[in-house]
Amino acid sequence: MFTKKVKSLLAVALPVALAASVVVITPASAGGTLTRTPGQEVSYKAYGAEYANVATTADGDDACSWYETSKKDYSGKTLRVLTHAIPNMGKPTALHAKQFEELTGGKVEVEHVSFGDLYAKQLRSYQTDTNQYDVVFNGSYQIGDFHSYYAKVPDSVTKGKGSLATLTPLYKELYKWDGETKLFGIDADRHFLKYRTDVYENAAAKAFYKSKTGKELAVPKTWKEYNLHAKTFNGYKPAGQPAGLKFAGTTEITQKGGLMFGAFIDRVAPYAKNPNVKGGFWFDENMVPQVNNPGFVAGLTDFVEATKFMPVGGKNFDLSKEIESFGRGDSLLSYTWDDAWSKSNEPTSPIKNKVKAAPLPGAEKVWNRVTKKWDTPKGGVNYAPYIAWGWSSAVTAASPSKAMAFDYLCFWANKANHKLDLTIGDMGVNPSRTEDFTSDFWVKEMNWGKPAVDSWLGTMQNYEKNTNRVFDLRVPGVSDYMTAMENAVAKALAGQATPQKALDEAAKEWNAITKRVGITKVKSAYQNVIALEDNIK
Amino acid sequence: MKKGYPRFFLLPGLILLIAIIIFPLLFTIRVTFSSWNVSQTGLNFIGGENWAEMARDTRYWGSMLRLFYLSFLTVAIQYALGFAIALFAWKGIAARRFFRVLWLIPMMTTPSLMAIIWRSIFTEDIGALNGILSRVGLNPVNWLTESGPANIAITIVEVWQWTPFMFLILLAGLLSLPKEPFMAAAIDGASAWKTFARVTFPMMAPISIGAIMIRLIDASKIFDSVFTMTRGGPGNATETPAAYIFQRSLQDFQIAYGSTLALMYLILAILTLTIIGKVFARLSKPRGI
Repeated sequence: MFTKKVKSLLAVALPVALAASVVVITPASAGGTLTRTPGQEVSYKAYGAEYANVATTADGDDACSWYETSKKDYSGKTLRVLTHAIPNMGKPTALHAKQFEELTGGKVEVEHVSFGDLYAKQLRSYQTDTNQYDVVFNGSYQIGDFHSYYAKVPDSVTKGKGSLATLTPLYKELYKWDGETKLFGIDADRHFLKYRTDVYENAAAKAFYKSKTGKELAVPKTWKEYNLHAKTFNGYKPAGQPAGLKFAGTTEITQKGGLMFGAFIDRVAPYAKNPNVKGGFWFDENMVPQVNNPGFVAGLTDFVEATKFMPVGGKNFDLSKEIESFGRGDSLLSYTWDDAWSKSNEPTSPIKNKVKAAPLPGAEKVWNRVTKKWDTPKGGVNYAPYIAWGWSSAVTAASPSKAMAFDYLCFWANKANHKLDLTIGDMGVNPSRTEDFTSDFWVKEMNWGKPAVDSWLGTMQNYEKNTNRVFDLRVPGVSDYMTAMENAVAKALAGQATPQKALDEAAKEWNAITKRVGITKVKSAYQNVIALEDNIK
Repeated sequence: MKKGYPRFFLLPGLILLIAIIIFPLLFTIRVTFSSWNVSQTGLNFIGGENWAEMARDTRYWGSMLRLFYLSFLTVAIQYALGFAIALFAWKGIAARRFFRVLWLIPMMTTPSLMAIIWRSIFTEDIGALNGILSRVGLNPVNWLTESGPANIAITIVEVWQWTPFMFLILLAGLLSLPKEPFMAAAIDGASAWKTFARVTFPMMAPISIGAIMIRLIDASKIFDSVFTMTRGGPGNATETPAAYIFQRSLQDFQIAYGSTLALMYLILAILTLTIIGKVFARLSKPRGI
């Protein structure tokens, strides 16, 4: 049937093809104990009971997939990692460290510290030249202080099949310093509003609101409305309220040192970020701090008022407590990071499918720092979403194990891990890549309600296009600035000073910080922030 | 040569003293005249700027006043309670050994660990204390988020943790007292109160002063409970100098300014405790001698 020529060709080709197929499907395991095949299911279930309800997904085809990572051999090598306390970011770092060890045979030593210590420990390591870490995790807003100590993220990670290739354009920009990608962006944060649909979409609750205020109930458009809703429904019993749980108006981050500055910026931004005033939200052109201008004071005044409508203990909530509290159904409203949203959508959440997302409220007036007057916004409400810093990581420039360090981070953030981490509320990983913004994954694979998912993804996508956004103060000494601001806000929240007096103290402190760090240095770095605020980049 | 030879034996001690006390102290003094901070590392010279800033720092002086209140109040309560328990144990109770060990447990536990446990008790939403209050029909108290209750919470923890120290020292003192004065008081028909007021208490004065001074020195460094339970909040309502210095030096990384605050704190602590020691010594001196 076959000619001699064809037979001889087959005789050569068949064994070669067979050998090649064996190479392709042979499970890879270079240095570690875990063998993987391409596209094999990825599951966290083997890593503890806490992951029992986490979904599974197929391994990706990216450069740092489980399969590709399992081909690496780091036996005998050790990586030193500094990360945040468990759970937020600490949990995935430890989990992926263990998985990386199993795949590559290398050792990953993870040190967990508080958020404040992340900054201080890094700084000590750099200033004393002790080179204590290969990989560090931080808030991306600290880039101004640390960029010179970080290695450039290789193109293989940011392009092609790299883990960070599909980061949204806004965040690709945020993780750069002077045009070079210095941060390994594993997260992206946009603060937004979360509200309970068993109140906002419930006829009895709407009637209750109207009887109390004479107004129609709708998702709050301004912070004033937000506070009024919180006040009205504080102590109310919604139809879907978990049994035995009291209902409060609002859950917010209020603890000094617990990332409260993020909540404060949310409340202040629409009062102080004027779309018609260019050249600086945090400082004016002469580097005069704006932290005590009437816009900031108005936002703080609202914040102080809201403390009356918080759950018991709510005046001392850090981010973790905010997530836990809103996630279990303590309140009508909440805002800031995505984590409380993810928590309320987890399979075991008592308020699953009873929460929707909306843009952060705005303000009915906005301060104009040039004319020193309040402006009435176009359309009646000024919106100014805060594009909060996301968790990021970096490989230190002085690390002797840069290749291993980037491989670890690349594996940390590979497609499969990223997908699963997104679904776990307290991991601290939020949508940052273009593929995260399709509702299919959330609705079909995660079984989240479509209207809720659409409200959430829609809100975040709109932020990408918004032109009146507020960004972090990404300048050297940023932690000092934020600490001073938080301290002032904490005093006002505790009733120790009026909002104006507290923020005047912060402004004084900011001047001292600018003097200490160097006005030229701060001003130069601040130009990058202005470029983001004024949409020049 | 022979005369000087024995002095060489002092060298190891002297070197150690210079290395761990004299040099760090002198270095710290030098640092206070620099602007060492997050972005300016190393020793430049800026004169007395840090000292001038400290003089204007109302947050620092506020924390100092708070420390006076917290340390004096907590030590006074610890002394009163410790003395009472020591008298109780001294006079003899059933299962004395068991209770002696039981009373020492708080002191033997790591302060920060203890503070974490107490924080969970005081936590307002899910803490045990508010749970008990609501069971008996009382409103929950904002233990950690209102100035007054937060200070009470810190005081309770400090008293709970360090009363056993007072108990231990005072019990040792009581056990070492001579029996004769008590026998004489009993023969004279003195009541229990009179015996305590005229015999026990005066004879315990030197030991009491020692115990109070040790506790005051220790209490002047209150940090663990404050940092763990309230982080100095709400606002700055429970912030002590140690917590504030930690914030400035190791969180904000203002090494020079933090050193200035720490040095002033040391000077004030030495001065205050010396004065208190002298006053106590004078008060405890038997009259007529």
